[in-house]
Amino acid sequence: MSHITSEKIPNNVDLSGDRKLQRALEEWQPRFIEWWKEMGPEGFQEDQVYLRTAISVEADGWAHFDYVKMPDYRWGIFLAAPANERTIGFGDNLGKPVWDTVPGEHRNALRRLIVTQGDTEPASVEQQRLLGQTCPSLYDLRNLFQVNVEEGRHLWAMVYLLHSYFGRDGRDEAEGLLERRSGNEDKPRILGAFNEPCRHWLSFFMFTYFTDRDGKYQLLALAESGFDPLARTTRFMLTEEAHHMFVGETGVGRIVERTIELIKLNANGDARAEGGIDLATIQKYVNLWYSVSLDLFGSEISSNAASYFASGLKARAKEARYDDHLALEGVVTFEVPKADKSGFETREVALRNAMNEVLRGEYVEDSQRGMDKWNKQLAEAGLPFRLTLPSTRFHRASGIYAGLHFDTEGRILSDAEWNAGKDQWLPTEADETFVTSLMQKPIYETGKMAHWIAPPARGIKGRPIDFEYVKRQDV
Amino acid sequence: MESATPQAQEPVRFSTHPSRYRHWKLSFDGPVARLVMAVDERHPLRDGYILKLNSYDLGVDIELADAVQRVRFEHPEVRCVIVSSGTDNCFCAGANIYMLGASTHAFKVNFCKFTNETRIYLEEASTKSGQRYVAALNGVASGGGYELALACEEIYLQDDGSSAVSFPETPLLAVLPGTGGLTRLVDKRKVRRDLADVFSTLAEGVRGKRATDWGLVDGVFAKSKFDAEVKKRADAVVAAAVPNEGGAAFELAAIEPARREEGGKLISHYRYVEVTIDTHARSATLLMRAPEGEAPTSSEELRIQGSDTWHLRAFRELDDALLDLRFNHPTVGLLLLQTQGDAAKVHAHDNALLAMQRDWLAREILLNTARVLRRLDLTARSLFATIEPGSCFVGSLFELAIAADRSYMLASDDDTGPTIGLGPINFGPCPMSNGLTRLATRFLAKPAHVEALAHETAPLDHAAAMKLGLVTYAPDDIDWKDDVRIAIEERASLSPDALTGMEANLRFAGPETMETKIFARLSAWQNWIFQRPNAVGERGALTMYGRPERPEFDWRRT
Repeated sequence: MSHITSEKIPNNVDLSGDRKLQRALEEWQPRFIEWWKEMGPEGFQEDQVYLRTAISVEADGWAHFDYVKMPDYRWGIFLAAPANERTIGFGDNLGKPVWDTVPGEHRNALRRLIVTQGDTEPASVEQQRLLGQTCPSLYDLRNLFQVNVEEGRHLWAMVYLLHSYFGRDGRDEAEGLLERRSGNEDKPRILGAFNEPCRHWLSFFMFTYFTDRDGKYQLLALAESGFDPLARTTRFMLTEEAHHMFVGETGVGRIVERTIELIKLNANGDARAEGGIDLATIQKYVNLWYSVSLDLFGSEISSNAASYFASGLKARAKEARYDDHLALEGVVTFEVPKADKSGFETREVALRNAMNEVLRGEYVEDSQRGMDKWNKQLAEAGLPFRLTLPSTRFHRASGIYAGLHFDTEGRILSDAEWNAGKDQWLPTEADETFVTSLMQKPIYETGKMAHWIAPPARGIKGRPIDFEYVKRQDV
Repeated sequence: MESATPQAQEPVRFSTHPSRYRHWKLSFDGPVARLVMAVDERHPLRDGYILKLNSYDLGVDIELADAVQRVRFEHPEVRCVIVSSGTDNCFCAGANIYMLGASTHAFKVNFCKFTNETRIYLEEASTKSGQRYVAALNGVASGGGYELALACEEIYLQDDGSSAVSFPETPLLAVLPGTGGLTRLVDKRKVRRDLADVFSTLAEGVRGKRATDWGLVDGVFAKSKFDAEVKKRADAVVAAAVPNEGGAAFELAAIEPARREEGGKLISHYRYVEVTIDTHARSATLLMRAPEGEAPTSSEELRIQGSDTWHLRAFRELDDALLDLRFNHPTVGLLLLQTQGDAAKVHAHDNALLAMQRDWLAREILLNTARVLRRLDLTARSLFATIEPGSCFVGSLFELAIAADRSYMLASDDDTGPTIGLGPINFGPCPMSNGLTRLATRFLAKPAHVEALAHETAPLDHAAAMKLGLVTYAPDDIDWKDDVRIAIEERASLSPDALTGMEANLRFAGPETMETKIFARLSAWQNWIFQRPNAVGERGALTMYGRPERPEFDWRRT
């Protein structure tokens, strides 16, 4: 019997009346389940998890909570309701009606955008697949799985677009999304940050804070797309993405809170000695995940970005806030490293070619907000230490700063200076070993927290903190 | 509406008749025909230039093409065609320079392509139809004039102290002879390369005995004896010729389509061909219909059907439709080739014609079919074949699918899907410019596969067609609409120049022939030079032609 029914796959895209989508999903869905079982959370597939499932786009439908076994999770396909007579809001096609189908002229570019976005979704599930085995609480375990199943749903959302609008090519690309593997030497995921190992929960919280925030900005930019199905899909995804960043922000905040307690406990103010994560180490992980996430925005000066904007495929976040939607006039000034590395020279770049940087700029501001909250905790505790975002030049692997070394203040460094300094800025193997050593055993007791993290302020959906968010089958 | 030149203009029409010729006189004396060029200088195709010195424009060449075609079909008794000039001391000065100067690039390119095709057809008449063309140069033959002579099998030049053959393009105009002249000089007449080099930079050309010595002409005769000597030569050609076998001739009927505009689309409705142009989408659908009636089974029946014989009518219509697209619709970049009708009838008509090849008329109809298909190959538009139920891409109509840059065949699980089919006509009678069949060109790496295909006589469904490599894609009914639409839109969005170059590179794999060389060099070298500032810049030689100042060149060589 077919698994492809509207009962099993909640949707608002008329799946039952769409032969094309049914046929595509009949082949793809079993492969997705296989992929989930192989690459999804390791060791928890039989557990009952208290999860949120989107069953409609209505206010009461997008957050339906209940226990479910993850492989039985109802991954659905949802598009935000269409706006009446929506027109393209930017670029050369400004004011023209949005496209309900893929314009042949933009097939390649759109496919590339969708595949690149889609590839990040399963990648993060793969990166996080072992984390459950060291979870700091059932509350956190459940949040991890919530993030995982929703990344899975976001994969479905992109696959829906590929299946419905890109014909055979689209089906091939959808297969490809299940074939690449995070960190795999031969078949890596497309973007660098999604091949970085995520070995422990500090990295998980940093990832959901910094890397998922890149996702938010990419989705905001795509939500403006002239290709209406993409715009509507991504608008709905944004509601879910917000939760992932919440997990990151509160996760890091709870670690900071616990670290403050441990600093105060210790005569020397040494949180490490008390089995916690010291602030300097937290700062290193900020430096790492922030910098790899900055790379995800693409090159500072980009003809692709200009072309996406000109064609009406990808805008700035919340494009309506801007006055000039053609963006033909302005320039963005960059301090570009000189060829001889002796310093910087100023370069003016046409605004359209700098669209990646415009989006990155907003991301940088947004990233600072959580930092401010954590620093407020430190200030209120009377500690002088402050967490800071490093310079956007620091530790970049793509764009105009790639291939050069900078310190966290953005000063250019020689190779020798970099090698001498990098261990104070980025996590070392010893740091990884230390952080991992704190997280050797999972905490499955309801209400209990690992030693290195404070409990959350409240539970999920009004449930208490000691609620059994995950019913383990083998305990 | 698009036009050939920047001003909105009447569309160019290709249908004419000797009774309406302005520039040529066609007369017959038993087996010898005379084609006399007497250009009416006051009747150019477009206003703005005068056709002095027997220079020609497209209007002149349309008449020449019509004459060559009519001699083949209406005068099978003719074994020799003498081409000469009605203007004493001037055979032909070639293409009119002022006309070229006033034309768009696209028009120039298509003009040159058409004139090249006409000269190749004239050569084919000599070699395949036994109607040998002899050029009688009773005056100066320069540029395109000498190129026309080169297309003839024999060239005789009047020895009067002034009649010469010449290629003044390079020294005077900073361009090249655009109608295959350089290629024919060394490839067909096998003139020594160093002498050809001298000849091609000598604006005043070569006269008299030297022209014979260098192999530029086959003989020179004194003015007083010129006509008699040429006649003597024509008689010798006739004496050596094999007469045509078969029945009587008939006059080729006109094939004007009904043209209308409907729902924003331009429709040309012929009997078997229908072209629907979507100017906005820059694409057109070209539908060819199968014959409805029975195939002729004897020479008598063939003549009863006459101009209405399906192959003759349908492919002449296709020819006219292609020329209309080339000249009158320059922005239509993509042609969707479709067919409709009874596949069995197409096979029956193909096979009937092949069985009657000894009859000159059947042979001419086949040669014409092959020529039109080559015209399709040489049309600088993207060609996609879409193969759907009710279509009949079999035999001669399958050539459309395989001439296409790609083909889409609807896949079906049951027997309601379309089929395609091969027949003997796909394995030789319709060669491409490279001398190979389209199947042989497609499977250049696998000659054995082509041999095996000859045994595939049954209808082939999408699975068989895909397996045999005869179609490009076979989307099913779920994917069909979107896949085809997106492919069309995507194609229509690419650079027309890049596509022209890409398609021409990919279409003509395999061996070079004089024909492929001529068209390739026309598309590459000639068109490049025509665009360069040294020719068409403010001080370029073409621009400055006829003015008192000298051209100025950018001296850097590539």
